[in-house]
Amino acid sequence: MKHIISALVENKPGVLAHVAGMFAARAFNIDSLVVGRTEDPKLSRMTIVVVGDDRVVEQVRKQLAKIVPVVKVQDFAGQPMVARDLMLVTISAPPEKRPEILSLIEMFKAKVVDIGTRQLMVEVCGPESKIEAFIDLCKPYGIKNVARTGTIAMPRQGSSEAKS
Amino acid sequence: MCSHVVSSGASARNQPTIEYLTGAQIIVRTLLELGVDTIFGYTGAAVLPLFDEIDSENWRNIMAKKSDETKTGAQIIVDTLIEQGADTVFGYPGGVVLPLFDRLYDAPINFIIPRHEQGGCHMADAYARASGKVGVVIATSGPGACNLVTGLATAMMDSVPLVALTGQVRTDLIGNDAFQEADTTGITRPVTKYNCIVKDVKDLARVIREAFHIASTSRPGPVLVDIPVDVQVAKCQTDGRNEMNLPGYKVSTKGHARQISAAAAAINKSERPVLYVGGGVVIANASEELRALAQKAHLPVTMTLLGLGSFDQNDPESLDMLGMHGSAYANYAVQECDLLIAIGARFDDRVTGKVKGFAPNAKIIHIDIDPTSISKNVKVDIPVVGDAKHILTELLKEVEHRERAEWFKKIAEWKKKFPFSYDRKASTIKPQYVIEELCRQTEGRAIVTTGVGQNQMWAAQFFKFHGPRHFISSGGLGTMGFGLPAAVGAQVARPDAIVIDIDGDHSFNMTMTELSTAVENKLPIKVCILNNGYMGMVRQWQQLFYGRRYSKSYLSNPDYATVAEALGAVGITVDKKADVAGAIKKMLGEKKPCVVDFRVEREENVWPMVPAGKNINEMDGLDILESMA
Repeated sequence: MKHIISALVENKPGVLAHVAGMFAARAFNIDSLVVGRTEDPKLSRMTIVVVGDDRVVEQVRKQLAKIVPVVKVQDFAGQPMVARDLMLVTISAPPEKRPEILSLIEMFKAKVVDIGTRQLMVEVCGPESKIEAFIDLCKPYGIKNVARTGTIAMPRQGSSEAKS
Repeated sequence: MCSHVVSSGASARNQPTIEYLTGAQIIVRTLLELGVDTIFGYTGAAVLPLFDEIDSENWRNIMAKKSDETKTGAQIIVDTLIEQGADTVFGYPGGVVLPLFDRLYDAPINFIIPRHEQGGCHMADAYARASGKVGVVIATSGPGACNLVTGLATAMMDSVPLVALTGQVRTDLIGNDAFQEADTTGITRPVTKYNCIVKDVKDLARVIREAFHIASTSRPGPVLVDIPVDVQVAKCQTDGRNEMNLPGYKVSTKGHARQISAAAAAINKSERPVLYVGGGVVIANASEELRALAQKAHLPVTMTLLGLGSFDQNDPESLDMLGMHGSAYANYAVQECDLLIAIGARFDDRVTGKVKGFAPNAKIIHIDIDPTSISKNVKVDIPVVGDAKHILTELLKEVEHRERAEWFKKIAEWKKKFPFSYDRKASTIKPQYVIEELCRQTEGRAIVTTGVGQNQMWAAQFFKFHGPRHFISSGGLGTMGFGLPAAVGAQVARPDAIVIDIDGDHSFNMTMTELSTAVENKLPIKVCILNNGYMGMVRQWQQLFYGRRYSKSYLSNPDYATVAEALGAVGITVDKKADVAGAIKKMLGEKKPCVVDFRVEREENVWPMVPAGKNINEMDGLDILESMA
């Protein structure tokens, strides 16, 4: 099962290497890992998507918490939450195909962020399933390039605290 | 004015408190003590020593301390080491640690120089294991730091509190492939509990304090601090930014009360319990509490390799070691118990054999300070996270005495039928006989270090330990060559103890250069080489599982007695069984380091043995033990 784990870490050099190294050393698989600053300049948040059974994910959670510069670890599995990916995708779009592609973009509430003579760059944001669906639907037109952020997530307000 | 006065009455070896002061120094110190900080005077021949002293670094240091003036990074390192109680340090100098070594020149620190940084790291490790204090090792950048890696990994696997300080090239050269540059924090990250590089001298004191704190608390481990040479030279005010700041590091000591009660209830209900005790009990200094629990609730106790000594093996409740080369009675007891109480142990594969078939009928209680150890290998029914000493104390209040006569009767039968044994009538020197004789002559009171392999297993099987911190061995990593430097470190920590390295010939070969360190520092360590001319455990596996094809498992050895003499130690060779006891007696009486080369039976095997992938009650060699019993 896929788990979204959120780790608040000290914003220091070497922390990402420590976290990534722990995953490699213990043979855990990372689906995606996103790091970014938070409202506190001393802290960063890592959002890590891990695939594994409960025993493996529990070890991941505990091993993460054991790393000294990791301040707090939460597992959002089974919690009401908002999870989002951001994707930039360049689609081959000759003038005759553009109306169809633009209506697709409309349906996905995506945005055209760059336009050229033969291609479009589109920004898509949403849950991972939506991003995957958009990719599938664009494939027939020809996808030139994809860049994705990986998942970030937050528990919904009013839901009980995530398991930490 | 220049005559030397001993300012302290202590005379024991390795007491760094002894200070030799000149008369001039005494005058200056006394003036300082009296609060004199300004002097008016004119120099002349008869007061030159005094004026020299007033102008000396020493005076300036004392004044600096008083007036909170600026200090160099190197001075901050030395002062923080002393503040943290590190009166003994192991280390090897080099280019980028010269500022630090300059400050160590006259620091009140007992400094031991190994012949190789790996040896220094093992020494600091064994110093920590024997004393319970934090071991400290210093090395230079590049090769110096790289040579620490095996020692750090050894300490990491066995949860030993260690602080390693390494020099690093100048901050502005980092990343440029400078001379003797290595990415020390990158290389050592997986083998340390925590590591970091200090790039601002203002952070130095705080980071070193944090290093000691992290190394010695919770589940201990090695911490490395990498310090570029320019940071050692840079100066800063000694105040400010010194408080520890570790928002992500929490030490949980107290166990959950409800979990402890659940554990006590399970113990009280159990008909066939077994305590399975690891190095965590030694680290937590909880041997007394363990003994009290085993006695009050009447529980048999088996120990892991690193747990040896946590429970007196001469007590009737002791089942000795369990696992791959553990006792048959411990392995049978674990497989038939209805409750397994693991304390400070981590269900290592050398203990469990086939995990699925381990303690199949037992409910499992697991007491450990490290939450990641719990349910990592074996699913646990009652986990209790916290310090063993605290939890055992609480547990003791709630457990009741039960006779469990039938269970103990069964254990006694196994003990009688399958004791650790060997052919006592053999005409050759049996390695087990050497160890039994060592145990007999020292009354089991020696501190024993080991190499890795057969020598280590026989030491664990045939030496019966009374108390904790007496068996010092590389358990998790299995580092050959650990025994000799470990003996040096243990002897530094415990100058009055008998320290014996029970070693294999090939383990000894790896680090025998450290014999010079023992000679130089007048450490009367004893080295007993069980010399069978093989990497014995490798050979045993090749005999049992590779059709006696002894591929590359033997080397030609030097004459160890000659080597010992050449290095300034005493060397003895024993090739007759009749000479063993006499040689050990002579060795124990030696004041110098002493190496005894026992030419033992070449193809002796360690029994019993649980082959890889088998349940621990499926032991080979039981027929041999039974016939020798």
